[in-house]
Amino acid sequence: MGGGKMDINTKVSSGRITPMKAAVYALIAVVLIVSPILFEGFGLLFLTRIAALVGLYVMLALGLNIVVGFAGLLDLGYIAFYAIGAYSGVIVGTVAIRYMPPAMQPYTYFLMIPVAAAFAALAGVMLGTPVLRLRGDYLAIVTLGFGEIVRIIINNNAFGITNGAAGLPRAGEFLPKPAGLEWLQSNAFFTLPNLGANGFTFSFSGNLYWYYIIVLLCCAAIFVVRRLNDSRLGRSWVAMREDEVAASSMGVSITGAKLWAFSLGAVWGGIAGLTFANFQQFVSPESFTFMESVFVVCTVVIGGMGSIPGAIVGALLIQGTPEFIRGFASSGIIQGLSGEQVTAISNYRNLVFGLGMVLMMVWRPQGLIPSKRRAAELNADDDILEEENETLYDIQHDTGRFGDSADQ
Amino acid sequence: MSANIIIEQFVNGITLGGMYALIALGYTLVYGILLMINFAHSELFMLGAYVGLGVLTVLTSEPFIGRLVESAPYLSWLVPAREFFIGGPLGIVALFAIVFLTSMIMVGLLGVLIERLAYRPLRHAPRLAPLISAVGVSIFLQNAVLLWVDSKQIPFPSVLGTSKAFTVAGVQISTLKVVIVTTAIVLMIMLDLYVSKTRMGKAMRATSQDREAAGLMGIDINMAIMLAFFIGPALGAVAGVFYGMYYGSIVFNMGFLPGMKAFTAAVIGGIGNLRGAMLGGFVLGIIESLAAGFISTGYKDVIAFMILILVLVFRPGGLLGESVVEKV
Repeated sequence: MGGGKMDINTKVSSGRITPMKAAVYALIAVVLIVSPILFEGFGLLFLTRIAALVGLYVMLALGLNIVVGFAGLLDLGYIAFYAIGAYSGVIVGTVAIRYMPPAMQPYTYFLMIPVAAAFAALAGVMLGTPVLRLRGDYLAIVTLGFGEIVRIIINNNAFGITNGAAGLPRAGEFLPKPAGLEWLQSNAFFTLPNLGANGFTFSFSGNLYWYYIIVLLCCAAIFVVRRLNDSRLGRSWVAMREDEVAASSMGVSITGAKLWAFSLGAVWGGIAGLTFANFQQFVSPESFTFMESVFVVCTVVIGGMGSIPGAIVGALLIQGTPEFIRGFASSGIIQGLSGEQVTAISNYRNLVFGLGMVLMMVWRPQGLIPSKRRAAELNADDDILEEENETLYDIQHDTGRFGDSADQ
Repeated sequence: MSANIIIEQFVNGITLGGMYALIALGYTLVYGILLMINFAHSELFMLGAYVGLGVLTVLTSEPFIGRLVESAPYLSWLVPAREFFIGGPLGIVALFAIVFLTSMIMVGLLGVLIERLAYRPLRHAPRLAPLISAVGVSIFLQNAVLLWVDSKQIPFPSVLGTSKAFTVAGVQISTLKVVIVTTAIVLMIMLDLYVSKTRMGKAMRATSQDREAAGLMGIDINMAIMLAFFIGPALGAVAGVFYGMYYGSIVFNMGFLPGMKAFTAAVIGGIGNLRGAMLGGFVLGIIESLAAGFISTGYKDVIAFMILILVLVFRPGGLLGESVVEKV
């Protein structure tokens, strides 16, 4: 273990809630609850939508953080779980509503959450089992291949259930409105004509509904991820990440730890996927390209691997910034930006991301808000650790090197 | 399924395999020396095609030369040059030489530059750092082409036309396919000789076996690494130009799939092993073409990725790699 600043009892989250912390949490809660109401009232509807999208990315980043940040397994195909969650939930859901009494239909989304989570977790185990022996970059490539396989299979309308590139739901099918939305839309509205320049007109929208659902899911994810991090399993992930052989000889089940990391990470991807499909009312394979996986990895890396606040900041930066710019420009709040310029800005986003990833690795590999423990590891300037790591990896990656056969 | 189709798909497979093998060599050279996957290699392959197209346009496109000469009369020698290049066999050989050499040199130098800026500072970083950095380089290059060149498919002139070289069992084989396979094989033999026979090749082999010990023996490690980062992308650039000629158009994200498949080829052959990468390229190309012909075109990429996963899981050392007992 590097650095020597941390010991095994160092918790990533300190459990005690001080009055100061309680006040900060309360403030955050108020902002999260009230701000979208203000957005809706002042006619900035797109902000609620962006906030919901950022929330989905926070969930994805938290889920991937389990795999990459905690367990140290680079997953370049994480978006596959997002896809599996979305498709399994929608497919099972549209079949299920045929047999449901109409009164039950609004609960389809909520009933499908465990279904999507289970399918994603199963996919996580299916991916995890064959790749148990692989590590580092080989693992990254296999997960990338897995992500592409899932997308291509969906795109090819496998078994006639995914509807190919046209997406789901098919014409004539629908995703029912979730419970309570109907009532809120017809009852929750008020106007304060004297507030602001154009008055304040609030009515409960679908976006707002999904925003609150996503915020709740994010809170659940943050809670679970924090508890996981300090759990026995979380500690075995840290041990495995820092030194797999040492961890295994200390009695950590590497198989178990890896499979749990893949499946627990996948669960959040799956739930986020289902929510995304319901939020958009539509799902198609083009939402699940390799670039999306890369963006989630970027979110985790730029925020700081293994860091929960990092995941949130990363999601805001990576998913939020371009959307905000686009939203403000198209709503005319930022004056003088033409449509072309807006497109150019969102195109330049990727260029900047690419550059950002390189610069981040060169200058600040621990991310913007590093997790304390990861920072201690990554900053390890003790030569012994470095040497140990190198020899370990060197030996395990020793295949026939090039030219060797030419000697014989 | 008639024998004709089998032969045709087989020939397509060898052609595709030649290109995969050329790209795979880049992955394997870098992995052999630095133990890192140069994720940006597929983008260098793509840039090779763009540079090739640029040179081809300057030398052979009539409207382009017309406009160029109008604005810069001192370039009027391009008009007779164009006639020479498209005039006869000698001209075409010269044209190919210029196009490929320019593309190889430019992309090779870019490879060296990338190594210097994005990978060298991370040589002692945790192993994931260079990989993430490489993904970053890859995204950057793709979007640079998207923004600064074109986001649409650009047609690639077929210099050789559709001329048929010869006919085997009723299957016509185009000149282009013959040229691709021959060039690929010649380049591979040259690389093999270079690595096994020359002084610099020996230095590269030594560096790949034990970087530190090689350094202590007086080998310029940085030179060996730079060489790997020049040769690999240069070979990728050749594949890129051929790819453009073969499929008739290029686009900014064309590198991803062939890059992944070439990586698969390198893994099949045993990553780090040069002859393995060559073998793996042809094996994968043939499997993919036969799968496209017999199973389904839509699933040919799935099959390639499945092969990658199966090989990595069951024989991570690849076909020609030694399986090393894990020891600590």
